Amino acid sequence: MEKRIKKQGYDLHLLPTKKFKTINLSFKFVTNLTRDKVTKRALLPYLLQQGTKNYPTAIQLRQKLDELYGAVLHIDSSKKGEHNILTVRLELANQRYIKNQENLLEEALTLLEEIVYQPKVVDEAFDPKLVEREKQTLKNKMIALTEDKMSFANTRLIEEMCEQEPYQLRVHGYEEDLDGITPRILYDYYQQMLQEDRLDVFVVGDMDGLDVEPILEKFLKRKQQVEMKKTSINVVNKEEATLIEYDQIQQAKLHLGYRTNITYDDNDYATLHVFNGLFGGFPNSKLFLNVREKHSLAYYAASRIESHKGLLFVFSGIAPDQYEKAREIILEQMEQMRKGDFSDDQIAETKEMTINQLRETLDNPQGMIELTYQRVLAQSNKTITELIEQVQSVTRDQIVKVANQVQLDKIYLLTSEGAKPDEK
Amino acid sequence: MKNKYYDQIDETIYTEVLENGLKVCILPKTEMAKTFAIFTTNYGSIDQSFVPIDQKDLITVPDGIAHFLEHKLFEKEDRDVFQDFSKLGASANAFTSFTKTAYLFSATSRVKENLGILVDFVQDPYFSEQSVEKEKGIIAQEIKMYDDQPDWRAFFGTIKSMYKEHPVQIDIAGTVDSIEKITKEDLYTCYHTFYHPNNMILFIAGNVEPEEIMQQIKDNQTQKSFKEPEPITRKFPDEQEEVAEQELRITMPVQVPKALVGLKEKEIPTDPKIFMEKEWLMDIIMDYLFSKSGIVYEKLYEEGLIDQSFSYESHLERNFGFSIIGGNSHKPERLAQVVKEELLNIKNQKMDDITFERIKRKKHGQLLRALNSLEFVANQYTHYQMLGIDFFDSIEWLEALTYQDLDKFIQKWIDEKRISICFVGAK
Repeated sequence: MEKRIKKQGYDLHLLPTKKFKTINLSFKFVTNLTRDKVTKRALLPYLLQQGTKNYPTAIQLRQKLDELYGAVLHIDSSKKGEHNILTVRLELANQRYIKNQENLLEEALTLLEEIVYQPKVVDEAFDPKLVEREKQTLKNKMIALTEDKMSFANTRLIEEMCEQEPYQLRVHGYEEDLDGITPRILYDYYQQMLQEDRLDVFVVGDMDGLDVEPILEKFLKRKQQVEMKKTSINVVNKEEATLIEYDQIQQAKLHLGYRTNITYDDNDYATLHVFNGLFGGFPNSKLFLNVREKHSLAYYAASRIESHKGLLFVFSGIAPDQYEKAREIILEQMEQMRKGDFSDDQIAETKEMTINQLRETLDNPQGMIELTYQRVLAQSNKTITELIEQVQSVTRDQIVKVANQVQLDKIYLLTSEGAKPDEK
Repeated sequence: MKNKYYDQIDETIYTEVLENGLKVCILPKTEMAKTFAIFTTNYGSIDQSFVPIDQKDLITVPDGIAHFLEHKLFEKEDRDVFQDFSKLGASANAFTSFTKTAYLFSATSRVKENLGILVDFVQDPYFSEQSVEKEKGIIAQEIKMYDDQPDWRAFFGTIKSMYKEHPVQIDIAGTVDSIEKITKEDLYTCYHTFYHPNNMILFIAGNVEPEEIMQQIKDNQTQKSFKEPEPITRKFPDEQEEVAEQELRITMPVQVPKALVGLKEKEIPTDPKIFMEKEWLMDIIMDYLFSKSGIVYEKLYEEGLIDQSFSYESHLERNFGFSIIGGNSHKPERLAQVVKEELLNIKNQKMDDITFERIKRKKHGQLLRALNSLEFVANQYTHYQMLGIDFFDSIEWLEALTYQDLDKFIQKWIDEKRISICFVGAK
């Protein structure tokens, strides 16, 4: 089970387990999501992988990682609710499965410290050539994201739906903001981030006989830790609206955005999980059965909850000429949820699947970290075991109550240009 | 039931081949909450021409039928089997590849009940004309979704440019036209030929007790009757050594063009150990050139020819094999040119033995990391079993590879006439 230790300037979360043949290390820096920071934080992960003081080129750094039995470095920027998180992650073979490698973990931590605290610097700024090139890399990423139509439709839905809220920000940043980010500005911001963000450090794996804590203490000291602040949920009440956009695609994407106003720490959170499972979370859900199977309308039709801001999204891929019908059937499924039109058996099955899913997440090192971090962000004491217990005791009345609380906010359709009404 | 302990990774696998020919493998991992089971037939999209069981003449079935069959097995006269798993809290899935069709579930409770459902539904087909017709609409949607995905189109385009006759060049799901031709009878013919237990492997990994599970499967199988196992005759067209076309261009709306380079394999070793060594060596060389720590990767990145989408992969099967390298590029012609040149230059490009050892270390670590995943272990173990290889033994073969082995391999590996290029770009 988790051991949470307050260290100088950061919280250390030790998650010992014999499930894995690796040790996973994760540094999570978090701040609130703002337009001013989001593009810089999107660019930083690329830059930090371009070299350090002692391994000044990307290839030297990569080869050093290879030497450490192919340690995998992963740095990214993400959003959870209205938090902007920069994660630096290292996954390393556990030295107990390798002959004569007693110092592998220590070597890896030494390198990790260097990657975070001693990146390659020229005149107290990031290397200008690298900054220019990585800006291009990020631009390419932005373009690629618009090509994944499912992800693009989801991004557009959120932008429209949360127009007035920070959550609408694109976590990969904005092309037009890149020009203003000089190597110096970026480096200064990075220093500020290292000092002022909240930091949580996670270690997962079989730590028997490995002195994780003392090794970590040797490398990591910060002035102060920042306590989490509750970010308020900013519901902008408006009339539900539909937006249609066109693209050169064969399969249309119909996405719906709802407000649940239920987040991780809320009492209704377990109920929301079961509600979503019945509505569109699993292959036995209403959306799957009725949109996909019964009417052969869609290749996929599903729903997903957002746990930190209190949203719910419906996704479907449909033939362009089936839009009206698909929309009607999706809305009808929600009506049925509100009326309690589901059986006790279905509730029981869905609970079991929800619990199965939560337990499975804990069989993956990354999943263990993410579920633990969810609690940190939500400032909640609710453990996964407690959440599982709560799921078990969810009642029909609670589900119906949650269904009636969920509000439709926006309908978004991305469809083929051929489906455009004649404008002449 | 036999068991084999693998000291290096501290795992034990329990195996038995049942009377009807079914091979059952169990990997207990009791720390895990989850159990993952996968039931695989040695039958994929490339198995289109074959002699049906109990018949004499070779037939050829429509493109995409293995995948179609995979979809249809879930549907029974009175229900959809997905729901049976759902009722027990498990999640089920299936996939079809070039050479395999697999059915799988994972569960954290009621494992034996789920396992019973898995084995029973795969071994009890129900196809009706009506349901076959309905499925055509669903699969057509799936095909269209893939058609909108530039990466998928580029991948298959590259295979098409390499292979002229071999059915690996046919889309796994077939085409909207080809699936239209599929009948109920076709499905039964393919089913009875390829879903014989003798052609299948059941792998169970996770929170299970091996003796108990093995007994359950045995009891289940003895209640069913199957024809006598017989080897399946499959026919593959003769494939020329050189690529089908050196260059293929696909036009579709993409923001950034793509270039992929394909390298077609010539000789596929029949000896399991030599086969596996070839695969490791291909993997090591590809890593040396094109991984993020690779020498060519650095060059391509410095020249601004690639972005994060750049990738490489190799596939080696019994009767075909290829590697594909490339990604998005604003200068696709130049990217393809450099990749091709570097491939051809590999004979002169000396990798030193320090580098070789470093990459071997990396492969070792990657393997340990992959062993965290029950799905990976079950998939890989099954994959290699079907090729006659013990996947866990292959770790030792990797360690035993020498720099001389590599050097010898490099001298013969690449030939210009086996290289093709696929471009994807907007009009």
